[in-house]
Amino acid sequence: MNVLAIDSSNLVMGVAVTSGGKVLGELMTNSRKNHSERLMPAIAGLLDNVGLGPGDLDRIVVAEGPGSYTGLRIGVTIAKMLAWTLKKELVGVSSLEVVAQNARYFSGYIAPFFDARRGQVFAGLYQYKNGKVISSMPDRLVLIKDWIEGLKALNRPLLFLSNDLEKWNDLLNTVPLAVFGDKPQNVPHAAELARLGEEKQPVPDIHHFLPAYLRLAEAEAKWLARQQER
Amino acid sequence: MGETMSLNVNRKTMILGIETSCDETAAAVVENGTKILANAVASQIDIHRRFGGVVPEVASRHHVDQITIVCEEAMRESGISWGDLDAIAVTQGPGLIGALLVGVNAAKALAFAHGIPLVPVHHITGHIYANRFVHELQFPLIALVVSGGHTELVFMKAHGSYQVIGTTRDDAAGEAFDKVARTLGLPYPGGPEIDRLAKQGKASIDFPRAWLEEGSLDFSFSGLKSAVINYIHNERQRGREISKADVAASFQVSVAEVLVKKTMLAAGRYDIRQLLVAGGVSANSRVRKEMTAAAETRGIPLVIPPLRLCTDNAAMIAASGTIGFLKGMRADLALNGSPNLAIEDF
Ligand SMILES: [Zn+2]
Repeated sequence: MNVLAIDSSNLVMGVAVTSGGKVLGELMTNSRKNHSERLMPAIAGLLDNVGLGPGDLDRIVVAEGPGSYTGLRIGVTIAKMLAWTLKKELVGVSSLEVVAQNARYFSGYIAPFFDARRGQVFAGLYQYKNGKVISSMPDRLVLIKDWIEGLKALNRPLLFLSNDLEKWNDLLNTVPLAVFGDKPQNVPHAAELARLGEEKQPVPDIHHFLPAYLRLAEAEAKWLARQQER
Repeated sequence: MGETMSLNVNRKTMILGIETSCDETAAAVVENGTKILANAVASQIDIHRRFGGVVPEVASRHHVDQITIVCEEAMRESGISWGDLDAIAVTQGPGLIGALLVGVNAAKALAFAHGIPLVPVHHITGHIYANRFVHELQFPLIALVVSGGHTELVFMKAHGSYQVIGTTRDDAAGEAFDKVARTLGLPYPGGPEIDRLAKQGKASIDFPRAWLEEGSLDFSFSGLKSAVINYIHNERQRGREISKADVAASFQVSVAEVLVKKTMLAAGRYDIRQLLVAGGVSANSRVRKEMTAAAETRGIPLVIPPLRLCTDNAAMIAASGTIGFLKGMRADLALNGSPNLAIEDF
């Protein structure tokens, strides 16, 4: 199976191509540059480099979020469009699950997160079990203070993975038994995304596949709140 | 660009257009820039109505939900295959950035997947080219583009040549319609509601018309908007019942008069063979009626697209994209949405 993996859900932009599980190529940047301008050229360039055309692909895998709304829309739109028009399979994978793969063989809890502004984080909790990194609880949007309190209560060895570790350094250090990912461990790798995508079921309906925003649009949330007041 | 266009009559030019600049997700297939083979539009009006206007983040999310659906519908309805397409034309701007990005990236993915050229389109030129489905364009011409986002007078001496000769200095005309409608408690979108209500009222209230400096072709609608809103508030404060129909009629007459007089002033200044009106507000019955009468008096051939082509759609993007394609305009896979794209840089 030839897999194209796309991740533009956060600051990191990643593209990978695998064939029969073998990594043919991977491309990654971790910089504040425009994903909309760079993602499609990166995909075309990498495919060209590994000698595959769009028609040679069997499956498109996309990091579905959580992450930046705009970034998610760029990656998901391209992935949907390619899968639909080339009649290929589409798989969505949690962006946090991709990062969690970097802690394979770690025996405690794996805690990847992305900064979500206003004191919030998109956070997940994973464990390495029976040769796989599996989710211990659903990804969520949470106040980092509340998240930290919850993790303290676990009282187990824990590995934080995040491109935004430094921002929350002081708070994270209050968690006993916590250790921190090295810099390359904190960024998602698209080849891991490709591997995860190869294991998962394709989406049944490409048309209605949407990013995992994990948060309503603000106007939508306010509107719902007003309805409930009535 | 700039070289003469080769209009090869032996070959059909087939373009898929994609439009997501605001709250309509749209895809269309157009032949030779003049014939609509398919025109799929997923409107979000019902979604935004409860917010009283277009919410960018909500619009962007719905575009992602609808984009492959409208493309599938357009391709199926047209009966053509990907190999029959000469190019994919997409709205590059202006518009809401988050919304534009969906269409631009969708178009890039399609262009890459099928090895088809990509042509960037300025949204306003799309509105202008909607007229080409009604009547072949005759140059030189002037187009009044008037919508919720735009109020512009554009001079064209040839296909694909655009010179802005007048523009709004504050609100777009359609924006004024929406705000006045909201103050009157009418549902979104306000334009059609005001039009409907105005038919039951009399233009008995004297609202201001902004002419700006002597001879200016620019527009200003914020003063009028404020005057109408102040009038409504004042009357209500005095406990007087207002006639919504009369307010709607008076406001609409004021907008139409300014639009028509400025357009005629421009028409008198340029030696034109055709006058076009385009954009959502050109669906307004008063504007249509007054513009038709004024053009007739002056003997200027007027073209206004049918109502369904006045609002945002992708057929118009494909029509303008056809001209861009024939002129050799191409975008590469680095194309990005440009929220403030200027028509003259285009
Ligand atoms: Zn428009």
